[in-house]
Amino acid sequence: MLTAPTTDVFSPAHPRAHADEMRLADLPPGTCARVVCVSAGDACGHAELGRRLAELGFLPGEAIRIIAKGFMARAPIAVRIGTGTFALRLFEAACIRVRLAQPQPG
Amino acid sequence: MDAVPSTPSPLVALVGNPNCGKTALFNILTGSRQKVANYAGVTVERKEGSLLTPSGRRVRVLDLPGAYSLDPLTPDEQVTADVLLGRRAGEPAPDFVVCVTDATNLRQNLRLVLSLKRLGLPMVVALNMTDIARRKGIAIEPKRLAAELGVPVVATVGVKADGVRSLIKVLDAVSIPAQAHQAVIWRTPSAADIEHDQAEVRRILGAIGGDRLDGVTVSDRIDAVVLQPVLGPLILALILFLVFQAVFAWAQVPMDAIKTGVAALGGWVGAILPASLFKDLLVDGVLAGVGSVLVFLPQIIILFFFILLLEDSGYLPRAAFLLDRVMGSVGLSGRAFIPLLSSFACAIPGIMATRTIQNPRDRLATIMIAPLMTCSARLPVYALIIGAFIPRRTVWGGLELQGVVLFALYILGVVGAMAVAYVLKRGGQSGRHQALMLELPAYHWPNLRNLGIGLWQRVEIFLTRVGTIILALMVILWALSSFPAPPPGATGPAIQYSIAGHLGAWLAVILAPIGFNWQISIALVPGLAAREVAVGALGTVYALSATGSDVSGALTPLIAQSWSLPTALSLLAWYVFAPQCLSTLATVKRETNSWRYPIIMAAYMFALAYAGSWVTYRIALALTS
Repeated sequence: MLTAPTTDVFSPAHPRAHADEMRLADLPPGTCARVVCVSAGDACGHAELGRRLAELGFLPGEAIRIIAKGFMARAPIAVRIGTGTFALRLFEAACIRVRLAQPQPG
Repeated sequence: MDAVPSTPSPLVALVGNPNCGKTALFNILTGSRQKVANYAGVTVERKEGSLLTPSGRRVRVLDLPGAYSLDPLTPDEQVTADVLLGRRAGEPAPDFVVCVTDATNLRQNLRLVLSLKRLGLPMVVALNMTDIARRKGIAIEPKRLAAELGVPVVATVGVKADGVRSLIKVLDAVSIPAQAHQAVIWRTPSAADIEHDQAEVRRILGAIGGDRLDGVTVSDRIDAVVLQPVLGPLILALILFLVFQAVFAWAQVPMDAIKTGVAALGGWVGAILPASLFKDLLVDGVLAGVGSVLVFLPQIIILFFFILLLEDSGYLPRAAFLLDRVMGSVGLSGRAFIPLLSSFACAIPGIMATRTIQNPRDRLATIMIAPLMTCSARLPVYALIIGAFIPRRTVWGGLELQGVVLFALYILGVVGAMAVAYVLKRGGQSGRHQALMLELPAYHWPNLRNLGIGLWQRVEIFLTRVGTIILALMVILWALSSFPAPPPGATGPAIQYSIAGHLGAWLAVILAPIGFNWQISIALVPGLAAREVAVGALGTVYALSATGSDVSGALTPLIAQSWSLPTALSLLAWYVFAPQCLSTLATVKRETNSWRYPIIMAAYMFALAYAGSWVTYRIALALTS
């Protein structure tokens, strides 16, 4: 399992963000993280989106990992949430903020 | 045989997240005793079957569309929620609910169980795919899960005949409640409710030890290759190439067999029946007409075999994922790709395949552009005209000119479709992001039984359509082309004196600006039955006695002499865009449950065809004069 660096985030996109908190789309593939919050921000347009993501399991505290990213810019990403995998477009992923998971003991 | 035939059968509803193996379970429970229809007013598939329990009771089983939540966001979920809440007109609320869960994905599936439990309907949880879960090292004791949930739980393996024994035992004991169920009170969950449910799910999973979060699964290893940015698209292209190849190569022999068979049957019927109107109707109307559509059955079977195989194994959503960016550039979903690919064989299965697109707007846009893909019925027309007008020579170092023109016609269709899709999506809610949220389920081996049942259902839908609306259209077109009969002493071909002939003469006035003569205009009328029928119709108009494949050969020198090159090119352009296929329009009517969309489709395609032909004709005229 990859242990993610926690000090490499130079400029958090969010002023209130913790140093190890980031947008889901910025998470390197294969790195384990946990969902901090799912919010339908301005990028999301409609509030339905946040609720929909929640119903698929994108909920605070859930384990999350990027399985694959597309080759082209603005291609969707494949995300493992809990035990399921979903493809999200980038504006959907933008609603999700994550924090790098602590390295698992062992 | 029913032991107590007079008692009504209880109605059991299967509910579950998409990809939880619910349909496989339904297939095992009901076998081939299934009725597939649409829910009234929507394009969501309704599947009902029945099951005879060991004690001889008949139980009706309803396979509700997959849902992540009872708070609906897709038409599928709307139907599921409405049926469960007893809000759907004409659909009685079920007497009993089986909530199907994927034992390997309880973290996601249990939230739906909790919502269902709140509805208060009598229910059981089917802990499905327990075989796969065990292999993954997840051992869940149904009794413990039942104790934590407060709902009975049975373990099932949806792909094995004996994997549902415990579930059948439960269904055997289901009774119809003595009094109608109380109206269910339903409150839309807030974000806090969902989080609360998830906390409960985590508690339950912690208590029963039924979860494995970390670790790279087999599916992840496959995805590492299949979704790899460079390799992934290459693998997809290879798979699509093989499917395409199979659809055209493997289907050729059975297609020829159907063609010969129908022709032989026509000849046989023609020989034994005395010359009469009835014989003409049977041979020229019914047999020839239905045969011209039935000939696509082998392609449809092969195509759907592959689609179902890719769907069942879990690859299809990956293909949609890989293509999402490309398709998204014209506002379509990645899922639109397979229906559009299918449309290269025939738009009818393509439009049928749009059922895999959940978003109704995306689905409609895909249906609307599907007939612009160059279907194989266009090929005989293209072949005739290209053969007569495009010289057989090589250009640009080795490329066959005729092949280049054919390829250009394919490209023209695709480009036209993309442009139409772009306009359609821009015309709607513009600027809004379309959600994808596509689940990529774990890969598994396709189940032959499910494949067989799925294939049979598609074939049945197609055959029913051929036997009903398409048959009726063929008979109408035959009548238009046959009545009234030519007056005694008439010199022209019989069709010229028929209604179709008069329509054609009238059409010729409208079509003259795009270079069509009256013969072409008349042939276009019966050619509405199916595109390639126009070849036979031209043969009739030019009073050829040859039938079948000889028509094309006899026509080639004739049209090469009597048509100008601009006319021929204009007709090619017409066939790229024109809705010369009533069967497609009938399919759109059925799939959208409305006359509105086939009418819009016909209108825009005729407009596009006229414009395309006009431009082609004028440019060709200017260049050749």
